[in-house]
Amino acid sequence: MAENINNLAMTTKTMDIKYGISATFSSAKDIFDAAGKIREEGYKKWECYTPIPVHGLDDQMGVGRSKVPCFTLLGGVTGFLTGMLLVWFMNAYDYPLIVGGKPYFSPIYPFPVFYELTILFAAFGTLFGMFFLNRLPQHNHAVFEHPNFGKTGDDKFMVVVEIEDPKFDDEDTPVFLKSLGGKSITTIKESIV
Amino acid sequence: MATLSNPESTEDRPAILDKVNPAPWHEAPLVLNNRSFNWVTEKICGIVESKTPTWWWWCFITAMIIASFTGIGLVYLVSTGVGVWGNNNPVNWGWAIVNFVFWIGIGHAGTLISAILCLLKQKWRTSINRGSEAMTVFAVMCAGIFPLFHVGRVWFAWWLFPLPNANAIWPNFRSPLEWDVFAVSTYFTVSILFWYMGMIPDLAVLRDRAKETWRKYFYGFLAMGWRNANNHWRNFEMAYLLLAGLSTPLVLSVHTIVSFDFAVANLPGWHTTIFPPYFVAGAIFSGFGMVLTLLLPLRAVFGLHDLITQTHIDNMCKITLATGSIVGYAYSMEFFIAWYGANSYEGFAFINRAFGNYWWSYWIMVSCNVICPQLFWFKKIRENTPLVWIISIFVNVGMWFERFVIANTTLSRDFLPSSWGYYSPTVVDIFTFFGTFGFFSVLFLLFLRFLPLMPLAEVKSVMPQADPHGGKH
Repeated sequence: MAENINNLAMTTKTMDIKYGISATFSSAKDIFDAAGKIREEGYKKWECYTPIPVHGLDDQMGVGRSKVPCFTLLGGVTGFLTGMLLVWFMNAYDYPLIVGGKPYFSPIYPFPVFYELTILFAAFGTLFGMFFLNRLPQHNHAVFEHPNFGKTGDDKFMVVVEIEDPKFDDEDTPVFLKSLGGKSITTIKESIV
Repeated sequence: MATLSNPESTEDRPAILDKVNPAPWHEAPLVLNNRSFNWVTEKICGIVESKTPTWWWWCFITAMIIASFTGIGLVYLVSTGVGVWGNNNPVNWGWAIVNFVFWIGIGHAGTLISAILCLLKQKWRTSINRGSEAMTVFAVMCAGIFPLFHVGRVWFAWWLFPLPNANAIWPNFRSPLEWDVFAVSTYFTVSILFWYMGMIPDLAVLRDRAKETWRKYFYGFLAMGWRNANNHWRNFEMAYLLLAGLSTPLVLSVHTIVSFDFAVANLPGWHTTIFPPYFVAGAIFSGFGMVLTLLLPLRAVFGLHDLITQTHIDNMCKITLATGSIVGYAYSMEFFIAWYGANSYEGFAFINRAFGNYWWSYWIMVSCNVICPQLFWFKKIRENTPLVWIISIFVNVGMWFERFVIANTTLSRDFLPSSWGYYSPTVVDIFTFFGTFGFFSVLFLLFLRFLPLMPLAEVKSVMPQADPHGGKH
């Protein structure tokens, strides 16, 4: 899809907007060390792109715990209550059914139903919570314009400092990234038609 | 335990350790031959990106032909009536419930590998979990066919769901069969969610490598715009852990509720409290049998020996051995309780199981499930891959017979000898079940062709290069 946008850029009048500057690292250890130094330097709007979730990188980058569990809990509670409401409404309120001399409604006999719906809704909460927190689906993003972005899914580790960062500087930032051992410093540009 | 992880440091080292001289802990490498990250990417993506191999087409066509048996069997059933199956008084469940429990059980190993082994931090699961999860999803699809069509008038199957039927009556939530509807549909949905979510980063890799337009759109759509950012990984890992945490009680509950289909009924041989744990262990046992059946040929065909190593096979064999032994223990405990409980009906049910009208199925079950996996005690046998594969087939056969024994020996010998009968499947039963193997294979072959067989990021994460501390803790 990136190619389509580039082709379009050639035929129509476009404007390139600078998104940020990237530096590539070749190992998990290198990016782990570099991330700590970037945080210490006081950068705020920057991101690491890695082929694997690097263990401990969250702390190095100074980002906190993920908020996904809130969505899971929300889903789970909703599921449990939905289950209860479902059974009560169907078997005790709307059409009371007498079966086997058991009560119309009880939290005991239909427990498997509550249990399964708790898990079902919690799982949906987890997945959609992850999507929401990651702002997905988002099929276009400036980093996709990076010529070697695909390598971050393979074996390269990349740091991108955004131009929006208060500490971003056209001259200092690339030098700083280079001093951390970053290779192939690239300016990422977003094409706006 | 800092002293164990860092043998060099002398501080806080108990004096006893100098005397006993503990052996260093060697963890077997999970990816052999010092492969690079790039090698893993090329290997796994290569399976999907290379030209369709000829063997794939032969297998696919064969699988389609076999699957058509199920299709024809079901069309015949719907157009004629459920009487074309061998079910009759007193055995009204027949092969339908046997096949259902068989396929559902197979699914359980996939969830065990992806969820329970994840919570237990078993790193070796990484290279086998994607294929096993696919197996779970497809096995549950096969399982669903049988109860769906066993209802007879399949066009009323929606009555199972919480929707008001023609008389405005809702489903009866006191029935274990209704719990089963919720358990199985939740299991299917959550398995798909877990499978799909784990695949998103790999789909993004395939998207970024894609050259053909259809691939860019296909993988691009499925990858949802994933961009390998640490922020994405952070939420992804948390979501993965939570889904593992949710799938664990789910998988245990599903076969528990399946066992309630039997255990809640007041019938000798069924009405026992041992059923839930015994069914869950059996499910995992049969599932690992199927995982071995599927993965060993794939390992040979795709040359995945560096990723599915002897350590992986050893571990799978050992889990099969452990769960097989639990199943064996459960069989003997059922007999003990039947005797110890001093209930003459219960006692008869079990004597009848081993020596009655279906004695042959009981002994097939015991030889396949209890005796066969005991061979895995021997390292020589675990290292003999063709033999492991053959034993895994026996496990599959044995577990099918287990469900046959449970369902049929009890039903065929009712309380009054006047209501005794002998159940035999019809040719429609046999063909419909046979066809599900084709249906399963069709789906699995499509999975091999279009989706990543192994989770790239997870496999890379257990390689030494993934360690951000360069091997020093």
